[in-house]
Amino acid sequence: MEIKEKIQKLIDANSVCLFMKGTPEAPQCGFSMAVCNLLKHLNVNFNGVNILEDENLRQGIKEFSDWPTIPQLYIMGEFVGGCDIVKEMFEKGELNILLKDKKII
Amino acid sequence: MPLPINEIKKLITESIPDASIEIKDLMGDSNHYEATVISKIFNGLSKIDQHKLVYKSLKGKMGNELHALSITTKGK
Repeated sequence: MEIKEKIQKLIDANSVCLFMKGTPEAPQCGFSMAVCNLLKHLNVNFNGVNILEDENLRQGIKEFSDWPTIPQLYIMGEFVGGCDIVKEMFEKGELNILLKDKKII
Repeated sequence: MPLPINEIKKLITESIPDASIEIKDLMGDSNHYEATVISKIFNGLSKIDQHKLVYKSLKGKMGNELHALSITTKGK
Protein backbone atom coordinates (compact mmCIF):
# COMPACT_ATOMS: atom_id res chain seq x y z
CA MET A 1 0.00 0.00 0.00
CA GLU A 2 1.20 3.49 -0.77
CA ILE A 3 2.23 5.35 2.36
CA LYS A 4 -0.23 8.16 1.64
CA GLU A 5 -3.05 5.66 1.42
CA LYS A 6 -1.97 4.11 4.70
CA ILE A 7 -1.96 7.52 6.41
CA GLN A 8 -5.37 8.37 4.95
CA LYS A 9 -6.75 5.10 6.31
CA LEU A 10 -5.33 5.81 9.76
CA ILE A 11 -6.87 9.27 9.98
CA ASP A 12 -10.17 8.03 8.54
CA ALA A 13 -10.36 5.17 11.03
CA ASN A 14 -9.56 7.24 14.12
CA SER A 15 -11.51 10.38 14.91
CA VAL A 16 -8.53 11.64 16.90
CA CYS A 17 -5.20 10.46 15.53
CA LEU A 18 -1.84 11.63 16.83
CA PHE A 19 1.31 10.88 14.88
CA MET A 20 3.98 10.95 17.55
CA LYS A 21 7.39 9.78 18.71
CA GLY A 22 6.80 6.87 21.06
CA THR A 23 3.43 5.75 22.38
CA PRO A 24 0.80 7.53 24.49
CA GLU A 25 1.96 5.36 27.43
CA ALA A 26 5.64 6.09 26.79
CA PRO A 27 6.21 9.18 24.64
CA GLN A 28 9.81 9.55 23.48
CA CYS A 29 9.89 13.27 22.90
CA GLY A 30 8.78 16.20 25.03
CA PHE A 31 6.61 17.69 22.29
CA SER A 32 4.76 14.43 21.71
CA MET A 33 4.34 14.03 25.45
CA ALA A 34 2.92 17.55 25.78
CA VAL A 35 0.18 16.87 23.20
CA CYS A 36 -0.62 13.46 24.76
CA ASN A 37 -0.96 15.10 28.15
CA LEU A 38 -3.38 17.72 26.82
CA LEU A 39 -5.52 15.07 25.14
CA LYS A 40 -5.50 12.92 28.28
CA HIS A 41 -6.38 15.96 30.36
CA LEU A 42 -9.43 16.56 28.14
CA ASN A 43 -10.36 12.85 28.41
CA VAL A 44 -10.00 12.35 24.70
CA ASN A 45 -9.86 8.82 23.42
CA PHE A 46 -7.12 8.99 20.77
CA ASN A 47 -5.00 6.73 18.67
CA GLY A 48 -1.26 7.39 18.98
CA VAL A 49 0.75 6.27 15.97
CA ASN A 50 4.43 5.76 16.75
CA ILE A 51 6.31 7.06 13.70
CA LEU A 52 9.63 5.85 15.14
CA GLU A 53 8.60 2.30 14.28
CA ASP A 54 8.30 2.98 10.56
CA GLU A 55 10.77 5.13 8.64
CA ASN A 56 8.39 5.29 5.66
CA LEU A 57 5.67 6.65 7.86
CA ARG A 58 8.07 9.12 9.49
CA GLN A 59 8.90 10.67 6.11
CA GLY A 60 5.47 10.07 4.62
CA ILE A 61 3.52 11.98 7.25
CA LYS A 62 5.70 15.05 6.70
CA GLU A 63 4.90 15.05 3.00
CA PHE A 64 1.26 14.19 3.55
CA SER A 65 0.64 17.30 5.61
CA ASP A 66 3.46 19.45 4.20
CA TRP A 67 4.56 19.87 7.81
CA PRO A 68 8.16 19.14 8.85
CA THR A 69 7.76 18.21 12.50
CA ILE A 70 6.25 15.58 14.77
CA PRO A 71 3.81 15.40 16.59
CA GLN A 72 0.92 16.01 14.21
CA LEU A 73 -2.67 15.95 15.39
CA TYR A 74 -5.62 15.03 13.16
CA ILE A 75 -9.21 15.42 14.29
CA MET A 76 -11.98 13.93 12.12
CA GLY A 77 -9.57 13.62 9.23
CA GLU A 78 -8.38 17.21 9.43
CA PHE A 79 -4.86 18.32 10.28
CA VAL A 80 -5.11 20.53 13.36
CA GLY A 81 -1.44 21.31 13.92
CA GLY A 82 1.74 20.47 15.75
CA CYS A 83 2.60 20.93 19.40
CA ASP A 84 2.72 24.75 19.39
CA ILE A 85 -0.66 25.19 17.70
CA VAL A 86 -2.36 22.51 19.78
CA LYS A 87 -0.99 24.06 22.98
CA GLU A 88 -2.10 27.53 21.94
CA MET A 89 -5.57 26.22 21.05
CA PHE A 90 -5.79 24.47 24.41
CA GLU A 91 -4.81 27.62 26.30
CA LYS A 92 -7.43 29.66 24.45
CA GLY A 93 -10.10 27.00 25.02
CA GLU A 94 -10.36 26.43 21.26
CA LEU A 95 -9.31 22.79 21.41
CA ASN A 96 -12.09 22.06 23.86
CA ILE A 97 -14.61 23.77 21.57
CA LEU A 98 -13.37 21.92 18.49
CA LEU A 99 -13.59 18.55 20.26
CA LYS A 100 -17.08 19.35 21.52
CA ASP A 101 -18.21 20.55 18.09
CA LYS A 102 -17.03 17.27 16.61
CA LYS A 103 -18.81 15.41 19.42
CA ILE A 104 -15.62 13.76 20.61
CA ILE A 105 -15.89 14.91 24.21
CA MET B 1 24.98 20.66 13.57
CA PRO B 2 23.36 23.31 15.76
CA LEU B 3 22.01 26.39 14.06
CA PRO B 4 22.91 29.73 15.71
CA ILE B 5 20.18 32.26 16.52
CA ASN B 6 21.52 34.79 14.01
CA GLU B 7 21.33 32.25 11.22
CA ILE B 8 17.69 31.45 12.05
CA LYS B 9 16.84 35.15 12.13
CA LYS B 10 18.59 35.71 8.81
CA LEU B 11 16.67 32.89 7.12
CA ILE B 12 13.30 34.07 8.43
CA THR B 13 14.03 37.68 7.46
CA GLU B 14 15.00 36.66 3.91
CA SER B 15 11.53 35.15 3.42
CA ILE B 16 9.54 37.49 5.62
CA PRO B 17 11.26 40.90 5.37
CA ASP B 18 8.87 42.81 7.67
CA ALA B 19 9.09 40.24 10.47
CA SER B 20 9.79 41.21 14.05
CA ILE B 21 11.59 38.19 15.41
CA GLU B 22 12.42 37.24 18.94
CA ILE B 23 14.29 34.01 19.57
CA LYS B 24 15.22 32.42 22.87
CA ASP B 25 17.74 29.64 23.29
CA LEU B 26 15.82 27.62 25.86
CA MET B 27 18.57 25.29 27.04
CA GLY B 28 21.66 27.26 26.02
CA ASP B 29 22.58 24.42 23.67
CA SER B 30 21.82 26.11 20.30
CA ASN B 31 19.35 23.30 19.68
CA HIS B 32 16.12 24.11 21.54
CA TYR B 33 14.67 27.44 20.55
CA GLU B 34 11.50 29.37 21.01
CA ALA B 35 10.67 31.96 18.36
CA THR B 36 8.02 34.62 18.16
CA VAL B 37 7.51 36.01 14.68
CA ILE B 38 5.25 38.96 13.98
CA SER B 39 4.46 39.99 10.42
CA LYS B 40 1.76 41.46 8.22
CA ILE B 41 1.88 38.42 5.94
CA PHE B 42 0.22 36.36 8.66
CA ASN B 43 -2.91 38.51 8.64
CA GLY B 44 -5.93 36.46 7.69
CA LEU B 45 -4.04 33.16 7.48
CA SER B 46 -4.79 30.06 9.55
CA LYS B 47 -2.27 29.16 12.25
CA ILE B 48 -1.21 26.19 10.17
CA ASP B 49 -0.44 28.39 7.17
CA GLN B 50 1.33 30.93 9.38
CA HIS B 51 3.62 28.27 10.81
CA LYS B 52 4.17 26.77 7.37
CA LEU B 53 5.53 30.12 6.15
CA VAL B 54 8.05 30.12 9.00
CA TYR B 55 9.01 26.49 8.31
CA LYS B 56 9.42 27.26 4.59
CA SER B 57 11.72 30.17 5.39
CA LEU B 58 14.00 27.71 7.20
CA LYS B 59 14.47 25.83 3.93
CA GLY B 60 14.22 22.25 5.15
CA LYS B 61 16.40 22.81 8.20
CA MET B 62 13.46 22.29 10.54
CA GLY B 63 13.45 18.70 11.70
CA ASN B 64 17.03 18.28 10.51
CA GLU B 65 19.79 20.67 11.68
CA LEU B 66 17.17 22.39 13.74
CA HIS B 67 15.76 19.89 16.18
CA ALA B 68 13.43 21.91 18.33
CA LEU B 69 11.93 25.27 17.53
CA SER B 70 8.71 26.30 19.18
CA ILE B 71 6.92 28.87 17.08
CA THR B 72 4.44 31.56 17.97
CA THR B 73 3.19 33.68 15.09
CA LYS B 74 1.17 36.88 15.16
CA GLY B 75 -0.16 39.20 12.51
CA LYS B 76 0.12 42.97 12.83
